[in-house]
Amino acid sequence: MTEISAAPRVIPDRLTSPLARALRSWEALLVVVAVAVFAINSFASPYFLNAWNLSDATFNFTEKAMIAFAMAMLIIAGEIDLSVASIIALASTAMGIAMTAGFDTPALVAVGIGTGVLCGALNGVFVARLGLPSIVVTIGTMSLFRGISTIVLGDEAFTNYPDSFAWFGQGYVWWVFSFELVLFAVLAVVFFVLLHRTNFGRSVYAIGNNPTAALFSGIRVNRVRFILFLLTGLMSGIAAVCLTSRLGSTRPSIATGMELEVVTMVVLGGVNILGGSGRIMGVVLAAIIMGLVTFGFGLLNVPGIVMSIFLGLLLISVIAVPRLLAKVRK
Amino acid sequence: MNNLLKSREALLALAILVLLAVIATRFPAFIEPRNLANVFNDTSPLIILAIGQMVVILTKCIDLSVAATLALCGMVAAMLNGAGVPLPLILLAAVVLGAVLGSVNGLLVWKVDIPPIVVTLGTMTIYRGIIFLISDGKWINAHQMTAGFKDLPRAELFGIHVMSWIALAVIAAAVVLLTRTPLGRSFYAVGGNPHAAVYTGINVGRTQFVAFVISGALAGLTGYLWVARYAVAYVDIAGGFELDVVAACVIGGIAIAGGAGTIAGAVLGALFLGVIKNALPVVGISPFWQLAISGSAIILAVAFNARQGRSRGRIILKSAEHRA
Repeated sequence: MTEISAAPRVIPDRLTSPLARALRSWEALLVVVAVAVFAINSFASPYFLNAWNLSDATFNFTEKAMIAFAMAMLIIAGEIDLSVASIIALASTAMGIAMTAGFDTPALVAVGIGTGVLCGALNGVFVARLGLPSIVVTIGTMSLFRGISTIVLGDEAFTNYPDSFAWFGQGYVWWVFSFELVLFAVLAVVFFVLLHRTNFGRSVYAIGNNPTAALFSGIRVNRVRFILFLLTGLMSGIAAVCLTSRLGSTRPSIATGMELEVVTMVVLGGVNILGGSGRIMGVVLAAIIMGLVTFGFGLLNVPGIVMSIFLGLLLISVIAVPRLLAKVRK
Repeated sequence: MNNLLKSREALLALAILVLLAVIATRFPAFIEPRNLANVFNDTSPLIILAIGQMVVILTKCIDLSVAATLALCGMVAAMLNGAGVPLPLILLAAVVLGAVLGSVNGLLVWKVDIPPIVVTLGTMTIYRGIIFLISDGKWINAHQMTAGFKDLPRAELFGIHVMSWIALAVIAAAVVLLTRTPLGRSFYAVGGNPHAAVYTGINVGRTQFVAFVISGALAGLTGYLWVARYAVAYVDIAGGFELDVVAACVIGGIAIAGGAGTIAGAVLGALFLGVIKNALPVVGISPFWQLAISGSAIILAVAFNARQGRSRGRIILKSAEHRA
């Protein structure tokens, strides 16, 4: 627990220049890490520096990053959603049902995104309307959503998606730029504007720092919370469309454990897990770093579970190192 | 308040009885003492883990790494067995290893001040990964285990399996710890109001650390029981079981914000899930329904508990509460 510090705050005569602040920021550190990972990968494997291989590497993070943008806002507002991977499972299952019923691609996309939004709305109602703690609610809906998809699927799978549906996960807009990568870039800009350039974004920070003060300053706290859950559901729905299209199938185990990777991405991006601070740029960089690391390990034939050890260590050390440094400095 | 809590556990017990009665109308054999003892035995791992989790939740933390700790200790126990280590030493090793893994969580929460959910999300994947590293991804099957290793949890004492006895012993020890010792009361104090706890001379971080060690040690013990009972050890045993454990606590009325809850609640919460799990195949519902049912149970329970806890008094001295 932090103790109350009685020392007077030092007010500097001059503010540090914007450039100096930018150089010392979390994002600057992430850029350094990204460059280092890129360099190490280029040396470690001759197959790394190839436009098409790098394009393949982006699939490692695009879907997770879409959810991570919304999750970042949710965590900044002091909430969390652990049900995102299960929303993907349920949305994908819903698309499978629609596909079996004979619907074509546009309807499938609508069903996937619609299911995501509905799931997000359900989480939002529980948290914002009934005032339940988001961590328990989303642990519950995490079982519920995947449970429903397990009931529907049993031990079977939906395959046979129409050919035109494959474009979302496998198509390219131009040269090596896949649809998913372009969507990732567009969404990054959209979320950047939403969080850093709108009243809504400011209110997210306000709620994360002090919900009571936010309420008294006229922010409709619970409405913002509800919208954030809705957004997270929407992004999970979109990610479900991309992932299902890329895999070409729906299995009960689809996207298992992805919630952990999304939260890791957000925290690695410099978002405070306790809420109140964080930036979209950091999440973008964290997504790219995680994608490059996963891809590099893949090229070196490192098993997936070893990569997950690395991710776990990364998650803890990313938070631990700055805190330990601050302690040492004291 | 005391009456309210008592009635919550009574309600849950009533719900379990109603559930049993409904099942009994169609399948009377389900409520024969012998079968009920089997249900209890089958639920024992969940009960033991739920008690450990409850202590952690009481201190305002959460331990999502219990299932991974269980699996890692179980794998180590099976490997020690393969190396010819005698059973008492294996048991000791499993419990100590569990406590060590728990203390890693606890130290990160206590000394580095990382939020418990982040710590245990991280260690959850790390511990699972370590199982892969030490086992090379291979399974340890029944024929690779000695008979003594496999037989202990299944041995009978006065007509009840040893595993059930161990669960009963853990329940008894936990009741004494939580209601009759200063440490037990400090778990409640830390979760109920950490700032007040500091003023009464309780070290909040250390108490949370001890809670994680207890949870880890119990997970280690369960790891041996699990591997010995099912006679198999591999990377993914008890995968996702941490959710069942948290669910049992939430259903049992343990407040996720800390400071409130009883052993009876945790045990009944676990039994509730255990009865459902054992009844599904009997009643003829596909086991695929179980995940959705426990998810709904979590949400219903937390909604119900929140309604009951709504009538709180006004917080005076709010500034003191926000400062530290």
